[in-house]
Amino acid sequence: MKVEIPAEVRNEAWRGFAGRKWKEDINVREFIQSNYTMYDGDESFLESPTEATDKLWGRLQELQKEERAKGGVLECETEVVSSLTSYGPGYIDESMKDLEQIVGLQTDKPLKRAFMPYGGIKMATQAASTYGYQVNPDLVKIFTDYHKTHNQAVFDAYTPAMKRARHSHIITGLPDTYGRGRIVGDYRRVALYGLDYLIGMKEKDLFYCGGINMSEEHIRLREEIAEQIRALKGMKEMAAIYGFDISHPAKNAKEAVQWLYFGYLAAIKTQNGAAMSVGRISTFLDIYIQRDLEEGTLTEKQAQELIDHLVLKFRMVKFARIPSYNELFSGDPVWVTLEMAGIGMDGRHMVTKNDFRFLHTLENMGPAPEPNLTVLWSSRLPEAFKKYAAKISVDTSSIQYENDCVMRPVWGDDYSICCCVSATQTGKEIQFFGARANLAKCLIYALNGGVDVKTREQVGPEIAPITSEYLDYDEVMHKFNAMMSWLVELYVNTLNLIHYMHDKYYYEAAEMALIDTYTRRTFATGIAGFSHVVDSLSAIKYAKVKPIRDEGGLIVDYEIEGDFPRYGNDDERADEIAIWLLKAFMKKVREHHTYRHSEPTTSILTITSNVVYGKATGATPDGRKAGAPFAPGANPAYGAEKNGLLASLNSVAKLPYEFALDGISNTQTISPNALGHSEQERVDNLWHILDGYFDQGAHHLNVNVFGVDKLKDCMEHPEKPEYANFTIRVSGYAVKFIDLTREQQLDVIARNEHTFL
Amino acid sequence: MKGNIHSVETFGSVDGPGVRFLIFMQGCAMRCRYCHNADTWSRETNQLMTADELLDRAERYRSYWGSDGGITVSGGEPLLQLDFLVELFRKAKQRGISTCVDTCGQPFSREEPFFSRFNALMQVTDLLLVDIKHIDENEHRRLTGHGNRNILDMLRYLSEQNKPVWIRHVLVEGFTDNDEYLRQTRAFLDTLRNVQRVEVLPYHSLGAYKWKELGLAYPLENTVPPSPERIQNAEKILCG
Repeated sequence: MKVEIPAEVRNEAWRGFAGRKWKEDINVREFIQSNYTMYDGDESFLESPTEATDKLWGRLQELQKEERAKGGVLECETEVVSSLTSYGPGYIDESMKDLEQIVGLQTDKPLKRAFMPYGGIKMATQAASTYGYQVNPDLVKIFTDYHKTHNQAVFDAYTPAMKRARHSHIITGLPDTYGRGRIVGDYRRVALYGLDYLIGMKEKDLFYCGGINMSEEHIRLREEIAEQIRALKGMKEMAAIYGFDISHPAKNAKEAVQWLYFGYLAAIKTQNGAAMSVGRISTFLDIYIQRDLEEGTLTEKQAQELIDHLVLKFRMVKFARIPSYNELFSGDPVWVTLEMAGIGMDGRHMVTKNDFRFLHTLENMGPAPEPNLTVLWSSRLPEAFKKYAAKISVDTSSIQYENDCVMRPVWGDDYSICCCVSATQTGKEIQFFGARANLAKCLIYALNGGVDVKTREQVGPEIAPITSEYLDYDEVMHKFNAMMSWLVELYVNTLNLIHYMHDKYYYEAAEMALIDTYTRRTFATGIAGFSHVVDSLSAIKYAKVKPIRDEGGLIVDYEIEGDFPRYGNDDERADEIAIWLLKAFMKKVREHHTYRHSEPTTSILTITSNVVYGKATGATPDGRKAGAPFAPGANPAYGAEKNGLLASLNSVAKLPYEFALDGISNTQTISPNALGHSEQERVDNLWHILDGYFDQGAHHLNVNVFGVDKLKDCMEHPEKPEYANFTIRVSGYAVKFIDLTREQQLDVIARNEHTFL
Repeated sequence: MKGNIHSVETFGSVDGPGVRFLIFMQGCAMRCRYCHNADTWSRETNQLMTADELLDRAERYRSYWGSDGGITVSGGEPLLQLDFLVELFRKAKQRGISTCVDTCGQPFSREEPFFSRFNALMQVTDLLLVDIKHIDENEHRRLTGHGNRNILDMLRYLSEQNKPVWIRHVLVEGFTDNDEYLRQTRAFLDTLRNVQRVEVLPYHSLGAYKWKELGLAYPLENTVPPSPERIQNAEKILCG
C-alpha cells in the first residue's frame, strides 16, 4: 500500500527543501533539521504592525472590553453542538474580513463560546446558564438520555473511596467534567503534507491494524483510527467552508500558516481541554517564510503580518467554563502554549527570525496572556536573542522560560510544551493529564489518622493518630509515608479510570489524527502543597512543634518553638527534604499500573489553584494557617525566602527534573528597581539570572518585572486604560491581572510584598 | 580571622556591575538621617564568618554572575574592618572573583596604620562605590554626624591612583536636593579623573521600620521621596 503526494504537487510545494526521510514518511522533525536557517542577529530587522493588524487588533480589543463588561463572556452558543463543520465562516469583523490574513474561528462569531457537551452535559449547560444563556432543552435531553458523556461515565465507575477523596479535595482538579487537554496534535503536518497524504497514511495504519491478532486493544485502536480519518476529512470540509482546499501541502508561507492554523482550529472546535497547546511551530514556519523572502514573494512586513494575525487568532481562543473551574484556573486561560529557540541534537541552536517575530507580537499588539509564549532556554543560545527575550520579559512580563538542556536529553529536539510547562514529543506522544494530589492535606491526614479536619470525615485509612505532646520526626515520617502510599494508589487508580472513559467518550480524534498511530503515552501526576510539606517536616525535625487539638482530639493547629530552615534559602537541611519528598512520591507512583502502557511522571505545578487548594486544607506544621493559600507550584512558601532571589532559585534548581518529568514550575517577580538602574542593566541582569539558574539544571521560570504598587493600583482601578492588557505570569501561564478573582489578586499581591524589592 | 557580618544578599543587581553577591558588614560610625540600614550601625558582634566561609557561600551563585558580576561588600561601613576586608578580597582574587567595595569613606585617613592597609586593599579591589553624602562640610555634619574632608580626600587620592570609582548620591528633600549643592558636587567630580559613573539614588523610606525596631525616632518621618522631575534634574546636573 503506497501513499504518495502527486509528483507535480510535491515538486511545487516542496521546492528547494532539503532532506530525504521526511519526504518518504511523516517526519516533521527531520524536515526542520534539514531546512531551518539559524539567526544570530538582533531584533533590528523586525517590522511594525501593518494598518490591517492595527485595525483588527483594535476591533478585537473592543470586543474584549465588551466581553469584560458582560461579566467575562460575550456570548454562549445554545443551539449548535460544536463540531468541525457545524458553523459557516466566522471573522473578527465581517466588514474587515478581507484584512484577515489568517482566518478561522471556533464559532460563527468572535469570542462566542461553543457548546461542547461531550465532556459533561451538566457542565456545558451550567457554563451557559452562569452567563444567562439557556441551552436548548432538546440538546440537554439528547446528551442526558441518549448520548452518554465522559462525566457520566466516570461517575458510573468511580468507587466510593474515589468520590470521598474528590469531595475532600485531597485529589483535586481532576479532568472528569471537561476535556483533559494536553494533547498536542502535530499541526505542522497539515502544512507540510496536506490532508490527502495524512488520510492515506492513516488508512494504511487501519489496514494493517489487528490483521493477525484482533485483541481488545486492536479493536479499540481500529475504531480510533477510523475516528481519526473521519476527523481529517472533517478538517478538509472545515477549510472548504473558508474557501481553502487543504488536500495538498502548503505552497508558500501564507498557506503554511493558514493550513497549520486549520489543524489547530480543528482541535479547539472539538475539544475543550484545560490546556490546548499549539506546540513548537515557530522554527517550522520560519522555513516557509525564509523561502518566500528569498524568492522575493514576501516582504518582512508581510511576514510579520502573518505571524501577528496568527497570534491574533490565538488570543481569541475561548471555552465556556463553570465558576468552580474559573476558581481553579483563573483568568480564562487556555494554554495556547507555543515554543521557540532551543538547541538541536546536533548542537546547532534553533533560533530563527520567526522566534523574534513571535516575541515581537507583544510589542506590535501589546502584552497578552495568550499564546503562552515559551522560550526553550540554553546558555548556548545566541546572545542577541537572549537579550531580546529578556527585554520582552522586562517590558511585558508575558513570557516563560524552560530549560532545553534538561528536556532535550529526555524528549529530543522537537518536543512541545503541552500545558503550562510539560514537555511532550511533537506528533509522537500524548500525555494523560492527571491534576494533582494535595500532599499538605495528606500530611495532616497522617497526623489525624486519616480524618479530614475540614469535614470531620474518615477519608484516609484509619491508622492510629499521633497522640504525643510534641510531634516526633520519625513517627510523623512513618505515618506520612504510609498515608502517601494510600493516596498515591487511590490517585493513580482514579486517573486510570478517568482516562479510560475519556478515550471512550471524548476521544480527541482531530488531535490524534495528527499524531503517530502507535504513540508513546505518558501519565502525568502532580503534587500540590509541596513547599508547605517540606517546611512542615523541617519544622518538626529542627524546631519543636506542639500540636493543638480540638475537643474531638483532632490536630487543628500548631505551636512552633524555635527556628527551623525553610525551603527557598539554598539551605541543604530543608532542600534535602524537598528532594526526598519529590522522589518518594514519584517512586510510589511508579509502583502502580498506569493506563494503556503509559509511563508515569509527576509535576510540581499548581496553576492558580494554589488558592483554592489552600482554602480546602487545614493548618500545616510550618505555621501556615488553615485555609491560607499554598505557595504556587514549586515556589517556596510566602515569606520563607530570607536570602534573596538567587538563594531561592538555587533551592528550586536542586529538585531533580528526572523525577518530575512533567515539570517543576517556579514563578518569580522582581521589582524593576531591584533588577537594575537602566533598561539595559535590567535586560543584562535578567539573562544572566536565566543562564545561572538553568545551567544548574533547573526546569522552569516565570519572570515578572513590576512593582507591587502597580498591582495594587490595578486592583483598585481596573478601568484605567493602561491596565486593560496588563499581563502577569502566574504559576504556569500568563493572565491579565484584571481577569483574576479578587482573592487571587490579593494572593498575588501578598506574595509579591514578601519578595524581592 | 573573622569578619563581623550583618547579613548577605544573594541577588544584588544595583551595587556594582552585573549580578553580585552582597555582603553587609556590621558596624558604622556615621548616623545618616536617611539610613535605610540602621540595623547595621552597632559594632557589637552579630555573625562572625571567615573569608572562606563567605566566599564558599558566594560561589554558590557564581553561575549567575556572567563576566561582569562578583561580590560587593557593603554595610555598615566595610572600611571599619579593613584587615578582614583585605583577606577577603585577596582570597576572592585568588578565586578569580571580581571585588567591589561600597563605602562612604568615613574611616579614611592618610595616617598610619590605616593608610598602608587601605593601600593593600586597593591592590585587590576592582571598583569602589563611593557615596558622597553631602558636598558641604557643615551640611554633611548635620546629615551624618561627621565631616566630609577626609572623604573628599579619599576620592582625590583614588583619583591620583586612578582607581575606578562609581559615585553615588542620595537625593533627599531638605538636604541634598538643592541645585546649588548639586552643582558644587559636580564641580568637585570634575576635578577627579577616575569616576566611571555617577548614580543618583532617590531617597526612599523602606528602611524606616528598622529605626522603629531599634527603638529610635525616624528623623525623616515627614520627608517624601523626590519627584521624577527632581530626580531628572539631579541627574542632569550630577551626571553631566
